Amino acid sequence: MKSSVITFPGSNCDRDMDVALKKFGFRNKMVWHNDIELPKSDLVVLPGGFSYGDYLRCGSMASKSKIMQSVINFAKSGGLVMGVCNGFQILVETGLVPGVLLRNKYLEFICKNVFIKIENKDNPYFKNLEKDIFEFHIAHNEGNYFCTKDQLKEIEDNNQVAIYYCNNQGKTEEEFNPNGSIKNIAGIFNKEKNVLGMMPHPERMIDKSLSGEDGSLFFKNLIKNIK
Amino acid sequence: MLVNEKIAIEHGLKPDEYKKICKLLKRTPNLTELGIFSAMWNEHCSYKSSRLHLKKLPTTGKKVIQGPGENAGVIDIEDGDAIVFKIESHNHPSFIEPYQGAATGVGGIMRDVFTMGARPIANLNSIHFGSTQHKKTKNLLRGVVHGIGGYGNCMGVPTIAGQTSFDRSYNGNILVNAMTLGLVKKNKIFYSKATGLNKPLIYVGSKTGRDGIHGASMASASFDDKIEEKKPTVQVGDPFTEKLLLEACLELMAGDSIIAIQDMGAAGLTSSSIEMASKGNLGIEINLNKVPCRETKMTPYEIMLSESQERMLIVLENGKEELAKKIFDKWNLDFAIIGKTTNTKNIELFFDKELMAKIPVNILVENSPMYDRKWKKSKLPKKIKLDKKKINNLKIKDTLKKILSSPNVCSKEWIWQQYDHTVMGDTIQKPGGDAGVVRVHGSDKAVAATVDSSATYCWAHPLTGGKQVVCETWRNLISVGAKPVAITNCLNFGSPEKKESMGEFVECVQGIGEACKYLEYPVVSGNVSFYNQTKEIGIKPTPSIGGVGLIKNYKKMITMDFKKTDNLVLVLGKTEGHIDQSLLSRIILNEKNGPPPEVNLFNEKNNGETLLNLVEKNFIKSAHDVSLGGIITAISKMCIKGNKGIELKTPKSLINEIEYFFAEDQGRYIVEISSEDLNNVIKILDKNSVHYDHIGKIIDKDMIINQKTKVTIDELKSYNSNWLKDYMV
Repeated sequence: MKSSVITFPGSNCDRDMDVALKKFGFRNKMVWHNDIELPKSDLVVLPGGFSYGDYLRCGSMASKSKIMQSVINFAKSGGLVMGVCNGFQILVETGLVPGVLLRNKYLEFICKNVFIKIENKDNPYFKNLEKDIFEFHIAHNEGNYFCTKDQLKEIEDNNQVAIYYCNNQGKTEEEFNPNGSIKNIAGIFNKEKNVLGMMPHPERMIDKSLSGEDGSLFFKNLIKNIK
Repeated sequence: MLVNEKIAIEHGLKPDEYKKICKLLKRTPNLTELGIFSAMWNEHCSYKSSRLHLKKLPTTGKKVIQGPGENAGVIDIEDGDAIVFKIESHNHPSFIEPYQGAATGVGGIMRDVFTMGARPIANLNSIHFGSTQHKKTKNLLRGVVHGIGGYGNCMGVPTIAGQTSFDRSYNGNILVNAMTLGLVKKNKIFYSKATGLNKPLIYVGSKTGRDGIHGASMASASFDDKIEEKKPTVQVGDPFTEKLLLEACLELMAGDSIIAIQDMGAAGLTSSSIEMASKGNLGIEINLNKVPCRETKMTPYEIMLSESQERMLIVLENGKEELAKKIFDKWNLDFAIIGKTTNTKNIELFFDKELMAKIPVNILVENSPMYDRKWKKSKLPKKIKLDKKKINNLKIKDTLKKILSSPNVCSKEWIWQQYDHTVMGDTIQKPGGDAGVVRVHGSDKAVAATVDSSATYCWAHPLTGGKQVVCETWRNLISVGAKPVAITNCLNFGSPEKKESMGEFVECVQGIGEACKYLEYPVVSGNVSFYNQTKEIGIKPTPSIGGVGLIKNYKKMITMDFKKTDNLVLVLGKTEGHIDQSLLSRIILNEKNGPPPEVNLFNEKNNGETLLNLVEKNFIKSAHDVSLGGIITAISKMCIKGNKGIELKTPKSLINEIEYFFAEDQGRYIVEISSEDLNNVIKILDKNSVHYDHIGKIIDKDMIINQKTKVTIDELKSYNSNWLKDYMV
């Protein structure tokens, strides 16, 4: 299975994502933001970091990078595109997924483990996962997901919420919301479910010596689903 | 403008120093030249008050590849790998403007490390604030934490450990010390020594602006009432540009184009160019019209003294200009050939084709002033006669609650949760442990790092304090199963012109030196920050020591959380009941005097090495060193982290329960072992003459002390975890 990770100026989780994808069997290529052509890929990943320093608005400048036109075309033709953290912020700026990401409610960067709940497995990312509640890791300053009421209705009607913040029992009360996101939303699909944007970093949870191994389950399952 | 003594004094030079300049030049310097002298001869750059004493520190050893004198120190971690590391202060700017001051402190130290060819893999910091009651403290703390996070997080380098303290002596002068570790191949280390004639001098990175002019001079003076006026001397950081600069430099370094490289830190273009020339015994010629400037009409004086961040100076091999330019273009960074190396041994600056400055390099460096300042020796304070009755009346639970929730002991999670500590995917011990640990990417090895300081002990007796803080970092490293290799030090003191402050400096350095020598734990880099005082009030002497150690197999790393019910808990090292200068004495008994705990270097070394031996044999399930707040504070933290309880029983001893549990004797560790290993462990401890107390057994929940006092784990957690959070709301 072939994957591509896009490196923007200021990306800083591009190597981590590369390590994770390779660990679980992807043949991954790093792609420079100034390239025009996307290599043949089964999965394109927009990694975390601070593309263009998060100046202006997180992800907005990166969303206009040369390579992004190819990424958008790839997504529109049904290709799998996953944005993590800053990658999610870039995705919302392209309009591939709805909504915006505001500054965290308490105006502080948060780096910690969180639990997330998957509600909808009818998609290539989560299909066949054996459990619903995962321990992932977040590290962001602007992860406070927001959208209009109309958008929220549409998102919910189309089952576009990918993951919710919750506790280890899967409860999605406000107290388990680390950043103020509307309805505890941690990740969103496009309507067709081939584009996934999420704040948590599965690539930081791929080794029991690190924060945990739930990321391994995600990647192992993902590559199986793509095959 | 004609230069005279008055202008020289405004530049922070002393009348004698100005006379010396005129004599050495055999003429009066012009303003640009005077600016250059003032930048090179201030305390921050010249170490004029400290050099004499720093020379006495042990700086060599089997594992030392590069000691002090370069951008950072380098140690060998085997298999062709090396770790580059250094700690540096950014105290004065952080007090004036906490966000930018702290941010550029972090940026500056990372540049020092990647200048040498190393990719930064971990950041640490040691930050000290005034009394929690002081009106500025909260804002300064928030600003500094945001600044450190803002820069480090954007760079994608994990912040893995640190130290935060509060003490009223920092009310008018906070401390912000930042440390970075980088990983490099031993045969790809870059140095700042220029060699060869007519080699192009390359400027890369950000453009030069008017920010930070005279930053180093500001850092070399005390504060007065007008600190607000000094805001323009604080640099403004741009971590995004630094991330690009890091990637571009490492890309260029992969080839063989670079002869020498130096970051533009304190005193900017001045000190970087002069250092490169001086180390290579060469001259350097710069055309200032070629320097990329952010603002129009910048004068040579401003260009030379600007401390704009994220800039590097490179001496390149001839013919590599195009190749290098291509890399910096790719990363959208400025690239300019601004001069060349010459055989004149002068620094010569041209602007609009006119010679603006011409100074022999050796005058600026070798002839810089060096002072043997007057200093006063400190006497060891007399032991305080403790009010035994008062101690006997203390309730252990109340006392523990007060200690665990005190600002200097409570959990600092509010701080480190704002630092990305997991990026790069190799952090195997997060903040909150004895030391942060990162794997050497793709290998079985890991590097442990810690930073510590004990200002109260240093204040009470600088010689003992200096030794103690080195030992504390040594213990922190051993507690995670790492073999300590070397240290970096950031020496924060008051004015060297006051003999009391100078005495604190001299004796702390002596203590550091003695401990490092005995432990074979050399100093490979560091920095001195004097003039940490506002008007006449100086800080407590605060040497911050950054220790680095190696774990050969990261799977053998130790953490402090209690692991398993029924395991046994031992205290290694002897508890004599030293209460003076302990937290118990200061915040419970309200006694500020007396000597700090004695440091016995033999015991430190022996206890530490024996523990490492036990770790090697897989006997140790968890470990934590005993420091502030004594045995029970250390054990409480192990309970909290492991979510386990303990049944504690004090050994038969001459001292009472309170003294046993809260004393701050040195050289001690708490360890968890399984009961079937007890005999084997004792055999090894006895063989090495390590004193131990078998004080408890791990149970499911609750801390039960001598069968009479019960504290639940939830109570321990609430004592420890809420104070800072609540304070910052």
